[in-house]
Amino acid sequence: MAKITFDGIEVEVPDGTTILNAARQIGGSIVPPAMCYYTPLKGSGGKCRACLVRVAAGSTKDPRPMPKLVASCVTPVQDGMVVENTKSEQVLDVRKGIVEMLLINHPLDCPVCDQAGECSLQDFAFEHGVSTTRYQEERRTFEKIDIGPLIQLHMTRCILCYRCVYTADQIAKGDRVHGVLGRGDAAEIGTYIENIIDNDFSGNVIDVCPVGALTDKTFRFKQRVWFTKPVNAHRDCPKCAGNVTLWYKGKDVLRVTGRKDQYGEVKEWICNECRFDKKETTDWTIEGPAHIERSSVISANHYELPVLNQSVIADLPESTQRDLEKNPPLKLG
Amino acid sequence: MQPLTNRAKKLEKKPMTLAERAYLPAIFQGLSITMRHFFMKKATVRYPEEVRPFSPIFRGLHVLKRDEQGRERCTACGLCAVACPAEAITMVAGERKKGEEGLYREEKYAISYEVNMLRCIFCGLCEEACPKAAVYLQADKMAPPRFERDEFIYGKDRLVEPVDPTKRSVRGIQLTPEQAAALSNKMAQQPA
Repeated sequence: MAKITFDGIEVEVPDGTTILNAARQIGGSIVPPAMCYYTPLKGSGGKCRACLVRVAAGSTKDPRPMPKLVASCVTPVQDGMVVENTKSEQVLDVRKGIVEMLLINHPLDCPVCDQAGECSLQDFAFEHGVSTTRYQEERRTFEKIDIGPLIQLHMTRCILCYRCVYTADQIAKGDRVHGVLGRGDAAEIGTYIENIIDNDFSGNVIDVCPVGALTDKTFRFKQRVWFTKPVNAHRDCPKCAGNVTLWYKGKDVLRVTGRKDQYGEVKEWICNECRFDKKETTDWTIEGPAHIERSSVISANHYELPVLNQSVIADLPESTQRDLEKNPPLKLG
Repeated sequence: MQPLTNRAKKLEKKPMTLAERAYLPAIFQGLSITMRHFFMKKATVRYPEEVRPFSPIFRGLHVLKRDEQGRERCTACGLCAVACPAEAITMVAGERKKGEEGLYREEKYAISYEVNMLRCIFCGLCEEACPKAAVYLQADKMAPPRFERDEFIYGKDRLVEPVDPTKRSVRGIQLTPEQAAALSNKMAQQPA
């Protein structure tokens, strides 16, 4: 076990844990943002530099600070490490630079993009970036590519986080063809992804994509995300666990995605049949509204659980009480 | 009873003077006031034939703007609808097909865009939310009174401004004289 101090909060984690995961054990607003790290994907992380933190003291044995900011998602903790994230001016300053860097070639076509409203890059830029750009040169553009009939690739929006590459690697069980082609400025997601399209789980690249580079063609331009209502549901699926989130508009299921946790990570892959073919309410057993962070635009007009003082209302139905325990209501004030 | 204020006047019954008893002077005084009002400026106007001058920042009827090449600016991003406190705006988005590049500015456009003028409170939040400078509340037009409810739901046929630069709304992004001339030329070349 290693004891580290993260932003002044002490936490004890097993050896080999990364700084990011140690911070996630603390939770709350001190957790560094992550654009490329994805817990279920082995080898992911270290690409986007969004999670840079300052290590003020390396360990108990060697308490010198690390000379540069380190990527918290790939740096393992050491006993006695002191890490600064929100407490460090330098980190916040560098993060502004990272946003600017990631947005250099990003088209900023959020009004058109289907990912808008649940886009990690949007959140990241909103929280950590500046509202102006200094970039005047031409942005690189690509023609949009259809990866099969169900998935669309907009390379223009890609930030090269490699998540889809690792996903493809994982679900294709090492039957790897290609990944990212080209280097540096010329890098782009290549044929490797197109080749996994026959796989039953290829749709998961849509869920892992932090931006709108890989999007669901069956949901293309159907509705903005914040006008749809997420509902957790499951079904007996022979291929996958069948735990999904349905996105409703009125009575229609417009989209099916995997269930994302608070860090936007899908823990259980879902198969393409669940994702693209089962778009009737009768196909699913509804569990209840999915939890949406209050800070998200999707929570606009999203009525989940009432804000109420449980002790005041004596005879709440049992099902509501159970729900309340699972998702505690919002605290006023 | 205790008086509430010290302004109460004590009424005294005095006998009327000769002029008061003559009755006619008071009649003429009253009539002159009435006659004077015939020639005074009226407080009302004959709306809708006559309209009062609008304030330059008045927020009236919505308009969906076109850009300098006559293409629709709106890309159906839904930000106006989510910003709308009265939930008056609904839209359906569609994908621009090949050959429609002259009609719509972005690859996505609004197939239908409806504003319910009965719900709308003319707060102008949609105008503020719009990232494409597409929707504006005109300073010189109000939603006119109508008899039927469904006539207040304004679709794209009544919201999108005309292609003709001379008939466009004066609100929002304006064409430069050169752009307006270029657009007029383009329209003149096209067969009607």
